Amino acid sequence: MRVSGAEIIVECILEHGVDTVFGIPGGTVLPLIDALYASGDRITHILTAHEQAAAHAADGYARASCGPGVCVATGGPGATNLCTGITAAYMDSVPIVCITGNVHSTRIGTDCFQEVDILGMTIPVTKHNYQVKSVSMLLGTLREAFRLAVSGRPGPVLVDIAADVMRDTAEYSPPDEDLPLPSETPIRAGKLISRIERASAPLLLAGGGVIRAGAASRLTELAERLDIPVVTTLMGLGAIPSSHPLFIGMVGLHGRKEANLALTRADLLIAVGTRFSDRSLGDNSDLIGRLPLIHIDIDRAEMGKLFPPEHFLISDAKIALDALLRAEPQTHPKWREWLALGREEAAAVAPSYPEQLLTSLGRIAGPEALICTDVGQHQMWAAQQAGIERPGHFITSGGAGAMGFGLGAAIGAQSACPEKTVVLVTGDGSLQMSLGELSTVTRYALPITIAVINNHSLGMIRQLQTLFYGGRCFASSTEGAPDFVRLAASYGIDGGLAASVGEFEILFKEALESRRPALIDCRVPRDAVVRPMMNPGGRGNTSYILD
Amino acid sequence: MDRHVLSLLVDNSAGVLERTAGLISRRGFNIDSLSVGETGDPRFSRMTIIVTCDARAQDQIVGQLLKQVFVKKLQVLPSDSRVMRELLLVKVSTAPGKRAEILDIANVFRAKAIDVCADSLTLEITGEIDKSEALIRILNEFGILEITRTGSTALCRGSETIYDSKPPEISGDFE
Repeated sequence: MRVSGAEIIVECILEHGVDTVFGIPGGTVLPLIDALYASGDRITHILTAHEQAAAHAADGYARASCGPGVCVATGGPGATNLCTGITAAYMDSVPIVCITGNVHSTRIGTDCFQEVDILGMTIPVTKHNYQVKSVSMLLGTLREAFRLAVSGRPGPVLVDIAADVMRDTAEYSPPDEDLPLPSETPIRAGKLISRIERASAPLLLAGGGVIRAGAASRLTELAERLDIPVVTTLMGLGAIPSSHPLFIGMVGLHGRKEANLALTRADLLIAVGTRFSDRSLGDNSDLIGRLPLIHIDIDRAEMGKLFPPEHFLISDAKIALDALLRAEPQTHPKWREWLALGREEAAAVAPSYPEQLLTSLGRIAGPEALICTDVGQHQMWAAQQAGIERPGHFITSGGAGAMGFGLGAAIGAQSACPEKTVVLVTGDGSLQMSLGELSTVTRYALPITIAVINNHSLGMIRQLQTLFYGGRCFASSTEGAPDFVRLAASYGIDGGLAASVGEFEILFKEALESRRPALIDCRVPRDAVVRPMMNPGGRGNTSYILD
Repeated sequence: MDRHVLSLLVDNSAGVLERTAGLISRRGFNIDSLSVGETGDPRFSRMTIIVTCDARAQDQIVGQLLKQVFVKKLQVLPSDSRVMRELLLVKVSTAPGKRAEILDIANVFRAKAIDVCADSLTLEITGEIDKSEALIRILNEFGILEITRTGSTALCRGSETIYDSKPPEISGDFE
């Protein structure tokens, strides 16, 4: 069948199970936009207000659907606007395919209108990127791009396509019948199993890799079988239900104290699908070289990058955990008793107002809800308090920490899972980086509930200025921000102001039941701080600046 | 800190050089030299990269390179199992009466004069880095006008080739 390049792109997107793409049209991608129009209801194009949100939406879509996400942008500024979104996906290993239009193939390199070297600009933040200058190369390149994005350690891939390629025609044939997946070679892990058996205080650390690999249930099973407590990174939240008795908490800069303490008391760490970010271990962790580590990750380059292991296993988390599940059941009653003491102590501390809000939000939203966040204090409160029960149900920008991520990601998540409850926890600073996307929410009637944790400032910056800059809170006030409830109303979004947990609960329940877009402006004290907080200049998980 | 020699078989396509060099520098490592050229099969190029770093850093560079789709094969070539050469061109000023002396030195080094004029001459030398550097040190006293070097290129000794090589093991001192 002879079809246009644009039609090939549409078919290729559909081949990979993607039913929604996010983006903004521009001159060079108009043939593709037209082909999307012609595709009818086989594929939906969601028009965002800014390309950054389109990339974040593809990211949110990918995380929520456990498959690839796709965004489309025109050349020049359209393409450069994607960059922050691509970076966020790269840092969190999310498979997105970004399609950008470029100028006519014979004009590349001549500084045409809206021409930019988007390949050069995105090399550091993509697994790989391609430029297609001939329609004969298009189908093969796109299929390779999708395969690359989702395989191994997932990540973003960008395909830059010359304008004429979308108009030229070529043969399209559907992919061969589903090729049998390469059989997953089981791993022998006898050495690791006997090492784990020798430990008296083993600890599992689950990272985002467990979630990407779809290995959360196996991780929980392993924890139960070997009676090993579990801590997670920010990206690993949901790898084990938060309510599980073996879950100690999130580790790191704003991790639970008892989880960080568990790291320092363990005599063996089994880390799965994590890269030991400075946000989980600190900059000068005294655990390195002291705490024996078994490191399991699919990316060979993570082995010894920051935390040299005693043993390592380069493997998909699912296959590795299957191998470890052959171990005989064990128990560690003393170790667990000791950890339980730490939990009791932590439970005795009265929660702050924002903490209460987020606890209530998590409880009312329920375990099936997708909780998206932006970046800042609200993100940490959500991570600590929302009680994430399911893998992939906490959608946050971890590695890049990109403010403005949340609304785009929530749009993507809701598009992937129209029936699910999607909640965005954001801050007044983050939301203002993506305000335009409120129009996207309205345009597509996406029933997202937005909780703005509003302290009238860039709260995390204010916290750092209070702690480390003599209280000189400069350039961190968001004075001049709009009345978010009235602003939401102007977009046709229901809104309400919550000054107490009680008020919030009423509004939040109403919003969830309405299945309409809604925004709740949750006023919180300016000086509320995220606790605990590791000392950034300290020796890692044992030194605190805030208890 | 040792000098590590990496030999790569890569796709012969636009941007591969930029991606490779960018990847190494972006990760905080400095490339001592990099040389690249097409192989007998025009689809592939061969690259020789020299970095001075410790074993852990070398693992990191190797690990990052192996993830790239355009890297088809990668060998780490230890000093006892590689042959390595670079080409140096050096232009030396020939003050009155000094030309013969310079040519004598060139002879000892098996360097060749490839251009001669009234007040300078250009020498060509092929060898290991140490040899080029020794020649440069000696010629410095005559006044070197300019130098250009190709960077080293290397192959594994014996009949083993990169085509039948396995990815290098992680050499870090852990495990």
